[in-house]
Amino acid sequence: MSHMTQPDRYVLVFLALLALTAATVGLTYVDLGAWHSIVGLTIAAAKALLIVLFFMHLFRSKSVIWVIALSGLFWLGILLILTLTDYATRSWLTY
Amino acid sequence: MSANHSSLAHHFADHEQQHEVAVLGMWVFLATELMVFGALFAGYAVYRAQYPAEFAAGSRALNIWFGGINTVVLLSSSLTMALGVHGAQVGRRNVAVMCLALTALLGTAFLVIKGFEYHGDYVEHLVPGLSFSDQDWLGREPHVHPEKVKLFLFFYYTMTGLHGVHLLIGIVFMTVLTILAWRGRFTPQYYGPIEVGGLYWHFVDVVWLFLLPLLYLIGPR
Repeated sequence: MSHMTQPDRYVLVFLALLALTAATVGLTYVDLGAWHSIVGLTIAAAKALLIVLFFMHLFRSKSVIWVIALSGLFWLGILLILTLTDYATRSWLTY
Repeated sequence: MSANHSSLAHHFADHEQQHEVAVLGMWVFLATELMVFGALFAGYAVYRAQYPAEFAAGSRALNIWFGGINTVVLLSSSLTMALGVHGAQVGRRNVAVMCLALTALLGTAFLVIKGFEYHGDYVEHLVPGLSFSDQDWLGREPHVHPEKVKLFLFFYYTMTGLHGVHLLIGIVFMTVLTILAWRGRFTPQYYGPIEVGGLYWHFVDVVWLFLLPLLYLIGPR
């Protein structure tokens, strides 16, 4: 309740989000080889960061909210990384 | 102000504590939601690693304009959402009501556009089990296996479908908040439901931001 973010700042964040969207769609028409997904996911992560930090007020939230946000990411990391290391290394063993 | 008497639940010391608890609870819920969508993203990653050519071909078959325009619609709804929360925060009821209604409207526009896109997919024979035909697919891209393209399409419908259900819940949420705000239920001391609804709405938006590159923008077109 103590923090007030100015609507001007929201509009600025929104314009940045639009620019990033134009960039990510435009880059589909450029031949980036295997880099398409890496570039696409990096831009998506940048947009997500803008929304979470400013629209969801994480930037000015208390540390307990940061703990929950980061623990969510941490468990998502476990889910993705352990699953993928399993599938990626299955061919190493011959049965 | 009758709202001030009834808006503080008896087990909270004051409005600020009540507000913080509501926000904390929504963040915990969103962390569990991340696991729900995370499972789909993990499944997607596993199969995409196995069939990269088919996933890229399936992605090329989708209409990038629907995906791009819907991204702009959803980002706009996040802006109106943020402005609506701010309006409630500073006690400008009309701003809050207008912004919440606009948010629900933009969310509805997203689903309508999505409906046209699904229909387009059906017409283009891209719905496994309904209109997908291997012959049509081999005429389109003969070098990739139709069965594995279907796998990509299953992920496409499941991920966008689950996202759409979340958005539908968000639209109902926003409609109720609009009515309550219009009736003058919220004050600068008590606007927790709007803040919490905003957190949910932005989260659903963030999920879409990752669906866009993973489903529509896999490779060069």
